[in-house]
Amino acid sequence: MARIGLFDIVGPIMVGPSSSHTAGAVRLGLAARKILGSEVQKAKIELHGSFSATYWGHRTDVALIAGLLGMPMDDERIPQALDLAQEAGLEYSFASADLGDVHPNSVRIQAEGPSGTVTVCGSSIGGGRINIFEINGFEVSVDGTYSVLLTRHRDTPGVISEVTKVLAIHGINIAFLDVSRKTRGSDALLVAETDDPIPELAVEHVQRIPQVIVVRTLPCF
Amino acid sequence: MEITSANQLLELSAERSQSLAQIVAEYEAFRANTTVEAVREQMARTLHVMRASVEKGREDQGELSHLITGYGRLFETADQKGRLLGQSLLKNAIIYALSVGQYNASLGRIVACPTAGSCGVVPGALLAAAEELGSSDQELVEALLVMGGVGIVSAAQGPISGAEGGCQAECGVASAMAAGAVVYLANGSNEEVFTAAALALQSHLGLVCDPLASLVEVPCVTRNATSAVSALAAANMALAGIPAFIPYDEVVVAMKAIGKALPESLRETSLGGLAATPTGKRIAREMREKYRL
Repeated sequence: MARIGLFDIVGPIMVGPSSSHTAGAVRLGLAARKILGSEVQKAKIELHGSFSATYWGHRTDVALIAGLLGMPMDDERIPQALDLAQEAGLEYSFASADLGDVHPNSVRIQAEGPSGTVTVCGSSIGGGRINIFEINGFEVSVDGTYSVLLTRHRDTPGVISEVTKVLAIHGINIAFLDVSRKTRGSDALLVAETDDPIPELAVEHVQRIPQVIVVRTLPCF
Repeated sequence: MEITSANQLLELSAERSQSLAQIVAEYEAFRANTTVEAVREQMARTLHVMRASVEKGREDQGELSHLITGYGRLFETADQKGRLLGQSLLKNAIIYALSVGQYNASLGRIVACPTAGSCGVVPGALLAAAEELGSSDQELVEALLVMGGVGIVSAAQGPISGAEGGCQAECGVASAMAAGAVVYLANGSNEEVFTAAALALQSHLGLVCDPLASLVEVPCVTRNATSAVSALAAANMALAGIPAFIPYDEVVVAMKAIGKALPESLRETSLGGLAATPTGKRIAREMREKYRL
């Protein structure tokens, strides 16, 4: 069992009222923004289960928008997120949806911005902790406690070793590595969770691998 | 280095001749790969946020909360009019706990301790006691470390969420943490810290999580205040040498078993208890109709 963090007990510092329905929701919105890799201009948000049933009481909607605007879970501007979204020109919609057999506090966010479009599914699993379980239809498991390198690449031999080589050259240790694809020969997704932050230069090197289509990094969030 | 139980934490403290606070600081420094100084600095920042949440909550009129309105303010105004009983320790504990709970419901920035739903208990008991004792911030940081230790051994052996264990796992654990910290602040012994924690948790056993309309408002915020007062009572009893009989670790295990025995309707689902009363159901219906997605 992982050791319990002191500041997970005396903390986290967060904007209320609920660690799972508010703080976790801010982090899910922020994760979607970071995966998109740019500011968000349009967001289609679908709430599942308990998120859908109780979003209004815990301001899950406001929290998700705050995250999409780039706010961390202790940002005191969170209550004004809907107004700030209007100022920032962020268009959004909320709907209720059944995402299947997933955690009751789950959401699907389709976010659009200058860097493209992503669809991110994630759950708020308690105490402000989250799990991103799907990115653009690919199954993943990212909790934001590690730095992450994501690549979408052509599913051909050698790509994974090229990517891990770049990380090794930059002295970055991989804690967890996950590769998934939809069918053989289609695009594949690589998720590397690392012990060290991933520098810009390493991202550029990964980008130069010919089979790599998109690279994103996520800092811990 | 691991902290798994109150017993083990007490043994470590005796073996190493180190304070409970120092052991918790070293544990966290090791776990997070940082220094004890950095841990204490982060705790000082946490203390700062806790205090700010009391101050802001006192002014909060509840524009953003759904059911409760300016509870800290109401209590303080009544006190100024001389309508309330008791001395400053008791009244401050209640004002602070209500204020932080109110602020949390109003989307204010708080320290979840151990959860957002129970965020008023520790500021209520601990900050009121610190004022009474004239404690320095440095002493408060040490008390918060000890409190974290009580929380860590609780989480290692039992639930700390209403969904798993009911309110006993949130306000109950918060009250135990606060009671231990208050004893430490009052120069109690290590054993008295955990006696206070045990007495506080004992008086919360069986407490269910039954919030109206799934909100963190009723009865959560007033329960935060009563749990803060329980913490002070438990601390004083421990300081007086009154034993808990059942040691803290065993109380936590009992709390866990009770949580398991609670039906789901009494664990944060708003399907039982106060939430299922005619008035509770009416309020939930009104809220749902107002906010249908």
